Amino acid sequence: MFLTRKAEFSASHVCANPAWSAERNQAVYGNNANPNGHGHNYVLEVTLTGDPDPVTGMVFDLRELKEILNREVVDPMDHRFLNKEVPPFDRVIPTTENLAVEIWKRIEPQITRKSVSLHNVRLYETGDLYVDYGGER
Amino acid sequence: MRLTSRYRFSASHRLDTPALSPQQNRELYGKCNNPHGHGHDYVLEITVDGPVDRDGQVVNREALDAVVRERVLARLDHKNLNVDIPELAASVTTTENLATLVRGSLAEGWTLPARLARVRISETARNTFELEVG
Repeated sequence: MFLTRKAEFSASHVCANPAWSAERNQAVYGNNANPNGHGHNYVLEVTLTGDPDPVTGMVFDLRELKEILNREVVDPMDHRFLNKEVPPFDRVIPTTENLAVEIWKRIEPQITRKSVSLHNVRLYETGDLYVDYGGER
Repeated sequence: MRLTSRYRFSASHRLDTPALSPQQNRELYGKCNNPHGHGHDYVLEITVDGPVDRDGQVVNREALDAVVRERVLARLDHKNLNVDIPELAASVTTTENLATLVRGSLAEGWTLPARLARVRISETARNTFELEVG
């Protein structure tokens, strides 16, 4: 069974490679390269997979999952400038793809219940653009 | 990793097949068979699949937007699907057939590094059609 929990955070970022010219950054990252930054209301959907526990009837304790998402993602990222305040984005360009990979790395080790695993990280940068990441496969 | 981008287009159509009688068409397609046609605000989702490149992207957004705009939106937006789209002239303009057309239009000559993975069209908020590619 799949279980999905949603969380939101708002943050600003710049997608630009400091080694490149402004023109090249504009060509690769478009509007996202504005050096002064801009923001999004990110929506995160984290999907776990596993069988319901025979005693509790739950795949995973949703309260615990909420705490994990808050601790690992929302608290450190909400209302932050990702490039300046949230490592590794001081050196990794905070594209939605790289953000999804980082969120996976933060959450995956926290899912410690036997026979339950992280299945997918979906991250919406806007209502019209999202990525799905299922780990390194 | 998969990246999905959402687009919109508005078009009119009428569901009617010459294989059936007018009475049968009315019974089968109901309101969608209205002889004068009707329209929808379609929502199109294009999904691409591939590794994250060294720029941190599955695909360049503007390149993807340009392909979808040129090959799909420019041809379908504010058009009458039964009249304006030659490829649909011989088929019923269901969203199933529309999704197949969109998939073909994008897949042919696809040059982006990420693979075209899925085409999803919502005709209304209640009806969605999805095609995996390859």
